[in-house]
Amino acid sequence: MPINNRPTHWGWLAVLMHWSTALCVFGLFTLGLWMTGLDYYSPWYKQGPWIHKSIGVLLLLLTLLRLFMRLSLKAPLPLESHKSGERMAAKATHMLLYALILIIIMSGYLISTADGRSIEVFSWFSVPATITITGIQGEAQEELAGSLHWYSACILMGLVGLHILGALKHHIVDKDTTLLRMLRPYANKVIRKSQLK
Amino acid sequence: MKQIYRTAIVVLALVFAPLSFADNYKVDVKGAHAFIQFKIKHLGYSWLTGRFNTFDGQFSYDEKKPSAAKVTIDIDTASIDSNHAERDKHLRGKDFLNVSKFPKATFVSTSFKNLDGGKAELKGELTLHGVTKMITIDVDHVGHGKDPWGGYRRGLAGTTTLKLKDFGIDYNLGPASTEVELSFGIEGIRQ
Repeated sequence: MPINNRPTHWGWLAVLMHWSTALCVFGLFTLGLWMTGLDYYSPWYKQGPWIHKSIGVLLLLLTLLRLFMRLSLKAPLPLESHKSGERMAAKATHMLLYALILIIIMSGYLISTADGRSIEVFSWFSVPATITITGIQGEAQEELAGSLHWYSACILMGLVGLHILGALKHHIVDKDTTLLRMLRPYANKVIRKSQLK
Repeated sequence: MKQIYRTAIVVLALVFAPLSFADNYKVDVKGAHAFIQFKIKHLGYSWLTGRFNTFDGQFSYDEKKPSAAKVTIDIDTASIDSNHAERDKHLRGKDFLNVSKFPKATFVSTSFKNLDGGKAELKGELTLHGVTKMITIDVDHVGHGKDPWGGYRRGLAGTTTLKLKDFGIDYNLGPASTEVELSFGIEGIRQ
């Protein structure tokens, strides 16, 4: 069970972090949508945002770590069967996914810290407010950051859809191991029957 | 000939202007000697207070004819400030003020009546959240007179209570929080 990436497969650390991110992204989007529509007397009215913010900060740490690993350690090589257009599209999507996750978390941070309050991450630690921008053209920081947060989240979900479609296309249409590589890190070399021909 | 008419109009305007506009006051928003605040009960256990930071207004007041007094105030609803960014964001949103759709709240007076003890009753139309309703404001004549910088000032304070539902704001804050108390203190500089 290799922890690190190899040219032919992802290490289990990368796999674990990938799926944790997936869980966080879906969870945060759903929670965010749901909690902003809650009744004032709902028991989740305060709990929902508290969890949303806490997980958001943790996802930031995870994403920074992933980015560091992606840039400093080598990612597995694309499968030989991947066309160059596919490789470019995949790479662009991956970069955008990272960028959007960072933008969404930073804008969320700017909403909650607009008045100088810090963000509590569960009851473990707090992240202090740092940047407070004076509103632009009368729009308060939390409003600008709020719009950015929402629209970037929508774009991210669209891109996630594309990412999933790409993975499914590789698995179902191309019948290659692109998706399996991200699911079965322990298999040193995953080879599907279709690739043996 | 045209020139003469123009001159005559300007002269007449200058002569009569002090008569008709003698007691016009511009609310001193520049020096922030004016405040529009609100308070609402939180769960019925305490008062939450906030304010609108951006507004403008003017009023006219003639001591010889107080009933002719007029007050108009324009409030920038997005300037709501309850000292909590997340709450302010919520208050600006669709659940409450919906400021992207209703960026302004306005008050235009329709009548003014002096009462005993330096009090007065001000009636007018308040437009808030796209709904226009007649409201009555209890007014205090706080004071008036010369300021140290060559001007003349007059201050009014007022309070009124609004039912949020009357203005189409029906987010449920609980049974103790259906009404909001609006209060203002405006100092006008005589023009």
